[in-house]
Amino acid sequence: MQAYIARRLIALLPTLFFASLIVFVSMRLIPGDVIDLMLAQNDIATSQDRARIESALGLDQPLLSQYVSWVGGVLQGDLGRSLWQNTPVTEQLKASLPITFELGFLALIIALTVAIPIGIYSAMRQDTPGDYIARSFSLLMLAIPSFWLGTLVMVFPSVWWRWSPPLEYVPFFEDPIANLNHMLVPAILLGLSMSAVTMRMTRTMMLEVLRQDYVRTARAKGLSENMMVFRHALRNGLIPVVTLIGLQVPLLIGGAVILEQIFVVPGMGLLLLEAVFQRDYPVISGIFLVVGLGVLLINLLIDLSYGFLDPKVRHQ
Amino acid sequence: MALLEIDNLSVSFRTDAGRVHAVNNINLHVDPGETLAVVGESGSGKSVTALAILDLLGEAGRIDNGSIQLEGDNLVQFSEADMQRVRGDRISMIFQEPMTSLNPVIPVGKQVAEPLVLHRGASWPDALAAAEDLLKQVAIPDPEGRLDEYPHQLSGGMRQRVMIAMALACSPKLIIADEPTTALDVTVQAQILALLKELTVETGAALILITHDLGVVARYADRVAVMYGGRIMETAPAREIYGNPQHPYTRGLMSSIPDLSGPIADRLPTIEGQPPDLANPPPGCPFAPRCPHVSTACNDGVPPFEWLTPTHGRACVGHE
Repeated sequence: MQAYIARRLIALLPTLFFASLIVFVSMRLIPGDVIDLMLAQNDIATSQDRARIESALGLDQPLLSQYVSWVGGVLQGDLGRSLWQNTPVTEQLKASLPITFELGFLALIIALTVAIPIGIYSAMRQDTPGDYIARSFSLLMLAIPSFWLGTLVMVFPSVWWRWSPPLEYVPFFEDPIANLNHMLVPAILLGLSMSAVTMRMTRTMMLEVLRQDYVRTARAKGLSENMMVFRHALRNGLIPVVTLIGLQVPLLIGGAVILEQIFVVPGMGLLLLEAVFQRDYPVISGIFLVVGLGVLLINLLIDLSYGFLDPKVRHQ
Repeated sequence: MALLEIDNLSVSFRTDAGRVHAVNNINLHVDPGETLAVVGESGSGKSVTALAILDLLGEAGRIDNGSIQLEGDNLVQFSEADMQRVRGDRISMIFQEPMTSLNPVIPVGKQVAEPLVLHRGASWPDALAAAEDLLKQVAIPDPEGRLDEYPHQLSGGMRQRVMIAMALACSPKLIIADEPTTALDVTVQAQILALLKELTVETGAALILITHDLGVVARYADRVAVMYGGRIMETAPAREIYGNPQHPYTRGLMSSIPDLSGPIADRLPTIEGQPPDLANPPPGCPFAPRCPHVSTACNDGVPPFEWLTPTHGRACVGHE
């Protein structure tokens, strides 16, 4: 098992290498570079200034040597410094990463607590009104982009009831209730959009499992419908759902970027958005590296969880 | 008194092609401890009859009329909760596909022990200890080591032994085995059937053996019911079915058994034609379109079931 984990961890390296290369190059292909933005802000535009700033930031070096020195830093745990604030990227990430993690984690919990019970219910009551309502709801959630729903949640309650979701971030360990008050609305929106696919997958897989011979065996033993579902069917049905959760993590991060902007959550999404607007290359590369690593590790974790869920995998 | 008495039972299924009448007005009984073989080709209604006894017909299936009496209790009138107490306790069932009938993510010991926890209120440790004995009874080597194994670690024959152990767990009065050996190798088939027979004799359980293998019937059954097109064509003690079949369909079946003792024929005799479409059954005897002795009377309504002797009956209007 340890050898397997080690092998998988080593296999992450080439993936990360290519991902970092793509991000590093593609960011610099966006028209309008960081120096233009800086000069525009300060209203000085001599070519001398330009060259000075360029060399101060190390942007006059060839792309390859920029990349090599960045990778060299990464290997030593140094992600470089922000071109604008001159603060280390690791520090910015340290401040924003846990916030996005909290948002994503809350969203995941909400998604699963909504999706799995409804998916099971829908499968057990296939083609009943309840099933149709559940399926329509999930289709709706799939179709509505969360940024639109987020905007609605911001606008309409304030018009109708003079209430709007709190927009002030409070660290969790300072005041958990105020923190959750702020985080819950974006987490629910993010969770609901994620729950749609998960619910449909749960329903489909449960329908598939409920047709299996071993479910008939369980019935023939005298198990009640509920016991049969929870003892015999659920674990078999959830194996593919777990895979799906792994695939949804990148979407979760994508959704977080937008919702953090709407709800003023100072997480990685907000940081990323600002960094992209400002062409703050080291910050962008740092975020993508961490996100990439996170997605790969979560998927590794999910692969490992098959061993727990599926005895056939465990014995291979 | 019969252990199980099926009286005038009809079962139908809702399909896209309309209602399919899979079982029509059948009468059947099983005495305590006896082995009744239900024989017929695919679609004859034999498996549906078995599933109807346990009320496992599913969403689309429905019992239209008739009664199923188990020791005097009419199971047709039982609620789902009542039926759950019957299943696995008073009647248990062994299915055709040992490869897929066991849950792939639950250790076999737990699956065998489950009926005891469910119906006898046993604790899991006690039930697992009993499961070990049951695995020993079905001649699984190293039963203690097998308790924690998963179905995919066992061969097909071993899995069917596990199914038998599971079926025996609560010492049921009746075991229904639906083609229990069809999916197994021929050498394993004989072992499993011999084991099943031996264990029913040992425990006094009655056995309904659903099969299309007439060799199996000859060897293990006390009585035989021959089904065709959702009806019972003939019932008789096993010996008589072979020695003195009274229904043209039964005779057709018997003549299609290869005789290895005499000279080998060029072609095995077969019954010409196709089984009836149960969504659109023939008006009279379901076998009439294929029957070599068909007369006009055959299509004038379904032939009534008549007893020729107290133990031998048939549904045929023929007089030959």
